Amino acid sequence: MQRVGVFVCWCGSNIAGTVDVQAVSEALKNEPGVVYSANYQYMCSQAGQEMIKAAVKEHRLTGIVVCSCSPRMHEATFRKTAAAAGLNPYMVEIANIREQCSWVHKDMMTGTEKAIILGKAAIAKVNLNAPLTPGESPVTKRALVIGGGIAGIQTALDIADAGFPVDIVEKQPTIGGKMAQLDKTFPTLDCAACILTPKMVDVAQNEKIRIFSYSEVTDVHGFVGNFDVKIKKKARYVKEDICTGCGACVEKCPMKKVPNEFNLGMDNRHAIYIPFAQAVPKVATIDPNACNMLKNGKCGVCAKVCAAGAIDYKQKDEIIEEKYGAIVVATGFNPISMDKFDEFAYSQSKDVITSLEFERLTNAAGPSAGKLLRPSDGKHPHTIVFVQCVGSRCAACAEKGKEYCSKICCMYTAKHAMLTRDKYPDTEVYVFYIDARTPGKNFDEFYRRAVEEYGVKYIKGMVGKVVPEGDKLKVQASDLIANKQLHIDADLVVLAAAIEPDKSARPLATMLTASMDTNDFFTEAHPKLRPVESPTAGVFLSGACQGPKDIPETVSQAGAAASKVIGLLAKDKLTGNPCVASSNELMCNGCSTCERVCPYGAITYIDKEFRMPDRTTKIRRVAVVNPAVCQGCGACTVACPSGAMDLNGFKNSQIMAEVDAICK
Amino acid sequence: MQVNEYKPLIVAFCCNWCSYAGADLAGNNRLAYPADVKIIRVPCSCRVNPMFILRAFQRGADGVIICGCHPGDCHYTSGNYYTRRRMAALFSMLDFLGIERARTRVEWVSAAEGAKFAATMNDFAEKVAALGENKRLEDLRCKK
Amino acid sequence: MENNKYLREEILRMSGVNTSKCMKCGKCSATCPAYDEMEYHPHQFVGMVEMGDIEPLLKSESLYKCLSCFACVERCPRGVEPAKVVEAVRLVAVRRQGANRMTANDVPETIEEDTPQQLLVSAFRKYTK
Repeated sequence: MQRVGVFVCWCGSNIAGTVDVQAVSEALKNEPGVVYSANYQYMCSQAGQEMIKAAVKEHRLTGIVVCSCSPRMHEATFRKTAAAAGLNPYMVEIANIREQCSWVHKDMMTGTEKAIILGKAAIAKVNLNAPLTPGESPVTKRALVIGGGIAGIQTALDIADAGFPVDIVEKQPTIGGKMAQLDKTFPTLDCAACILTPKMVDVAQNEKIRIFSYSEVTDVHGFVGNFDVKIKKKARYVKEDICTGCGACVEKCPMKKVPNEFNLGMDNRHAIYIPFAQAVPKVATIDPNACNMLKNGKCGVCAKVCAAGAIDYKQKDEIIEEKYGAIVVATGFNPISMDKFDEFAYSQSKDVITSLEFERLTNAAGPSAGKLLRPSDGKHPHTIVFVQCVGSRCAACAEKGKEYCSKICCMYTAKHAMLTRDKYPDTEVYVFYIDARTPGKNFDEFYRRAVEEYGVKYIKGMVGKVVPEGDKLKVQASDLIANKQLHIDADLVVLAAAIEPDKSARPLATMLTASMDTNDFFTEAHPKLRPVESPTAGVFLSGACQGPKDIPETVSQAGAAASKVIGLLAKDKLTGNPCVASSNELMCNGCSTCERVCPYGAITYIDKEFRMPDRTTKIRRVAVVNPAVCQGCGACTVACPSGAMDLNGFKNSQIMAEVDAICK
Repeated sequence: MQVNEYKPLIVAFCCNWCSYAGADLAGNNRLAYPADVKIIRVPCSCRVNPMFILRAFQRGADGVIICGCHPGDCHYTSGNYYTRRRMAALFSMLDFLGIERARTRVEWVSAAEGAKFAATMNDFAEKVAALGENKRLEDLRCKK
Repeated sequence: MENNKYLREEILRMSGVNTSKCMKCGKCSATCPAYDEMEYHPHQFVGMVEMGDIEPLLKSESLYKCLSCFACVERCPRGVEPAKVVEAVRLVAVRRQGANRMTANDVPETIEEDTPQQLLVSAFRKYTK
């Protein structure tokens, strides 16, 4: 029989406000096995923990029940307390009387009643607890970063700095991501390329970092410290190690009319291409959908002009298998499609553009060589209207927009407006905004400068519709402060499109078994306290894949994710979760049912010799669980027809006891 | 027991990674649901042995709900698919035994869906309460 | 104010609109084709009903300037449906006066030769609702 101590936490008034903690600790005193019951204001505080330790010693407790907040919050805390008091940490059970009781029930009586029942269930369970010792597993000292934007680059550099090898997988032919497409960065107006490209070169030159560009992760198996990953290196029909990036092939390629993705289709590239001058790796790639040689076998010009002989039309996709200890997701974002926003005439006029397109238009390496010219006729626009929150904060229709605030649009629009007025002071610039959200260091000062020094006209209101008429865009909008409807003849309309997670994130999340929210952003293990970890151990989050972020925030999160990875890789061994399945070999019939349901392949069979009652021996096939591989889901325990399989920490008898306690 | 005082007894099995976190989120957001719902934490919805559900009904539970991650989001990759198939089989058997279908339910609640958790529990409790006390499987030996 | 609270609830119930969903972006007024004819504009209808400041709306001609074209309903990013609010305020005004702003007999005098029939139909629909 256990000697159980019950500790009821008030959590200030969080629990005590709706639950009569005194009554709960009194009621639980008489439960089977309970030898001590107390309540205290903050059980998780130093004093509360000392109280538990003292009670363990004084009353020779063998099991502890803490009636407090969610075990997801403080189970680890109280397990440490138990360990410090000399108990096995797995002799602690938590009754969740805050999140699932005091916070959701308003009435003192029902709250107290439920808290008592939850306490009884926890006591019933702890009575059947057994000490558990976690197993150990080795750590592969190599990290994988998925996505080569600024988030991935920074994470990889930081991990490599600590001396661990890192691989970056990027689906585009070059790393750099969205930041490589930007012109200037707010609020300092550094040129994006000037601060990004040195980092890209650092990545290329770092001996610890390998770049798999034009590649995708296709399969992930394993667990924290021991991931087996398959990476598909797509055929680029150019031998990466031989190509010097001289660009002779690009110049001579006769297929010149392929929309250039890097400039968002605003100009053309060749079928063989290098996305931009500072690309890393600076290697040509052949677009198989455009290349005449690959489609019809007619051409071969690039192979003829390549002095290095790097062109290989027969190249095949290659699968690389590698082991990793940690995985960082840095898949980033994309602007949403503007197709559903007919009112802004995006698909009707070339002069209605998104902010990312505007970014390319003003970039010196962009389609207009940095001159702000209208895409339709190449003329200089004199009146520009910026529209904020296009698709952001849109709760009316899930197919059209996103309910969340995209966070970066207010600032980049202020930047665009300011830079336009700076370069072309004769331009009228209007910004229609709902709220100007500028919470960041020097952000509001920046936005005010756009208004006060550069004369950008910020108008509180929204654009209702844009109608192309002749070479003008008729903009109808509201000015809520003047209480007027405005009609502006604009030359260029720029839409601050909402941003959404990259489409590759969802299948990747499935592979990694990392959870996502309804918007396909990765969820963090804890929104405040563990913001760069995914709930799946060994998977970390960096950048906009977790939520909309600007560059400074992305870089700091990338560094944080890197430090978590370094912390993991610095360990030689990981202590595993002891709550794993185990088979009672006396009951096991060796039927293989459990092996078939195990998602991790943790169950194998051995032939074992058993001594029979008549002193003969018999060889039987029985299941054996590998505790390092088992993740403790319990699928096998239900599948087992003989009842031999059970899950430590969540034994059949324990859950049954909980059911009984609740249904009493 | 008077009819208007009748409180159903509902056991909810919640997987540790999604639904239990969803229930915590409902708590964080103070979204009320009936106190009749008592939650048992399991690592994965596939840990729920049909025996537990039968035992609950035997001991006088009026409704049992199993909550897991959305299909495709299971922390253990495929656990909730097992749950879905096992429970389909079990519920049809319970149906055969005369336990109304509204007394049992499988619901997918993610860690971000605190509101859905509360709404589900409110709805389930209401439906179970409408059916009244469950006597069909009650084990008289368990009566005190 | 008590009376207004009741009035506000009545309008919300009749229109089925939750005005607290409004984030005050003004897209409804930006998109309104009858904006210049109106004293109170669509976003003001939503905002003033939300605040319970309904009397000025009831007295305003704006009620009858709304074309019920539902452009604001279509464009509202939060799904607030301002046109339905206007419609409900209009209904309150009609019920309170016990009569329409104009009777059917007044209509022929006010219409012009080239008024399309469809307009008449929708006008009657609006005035008698």
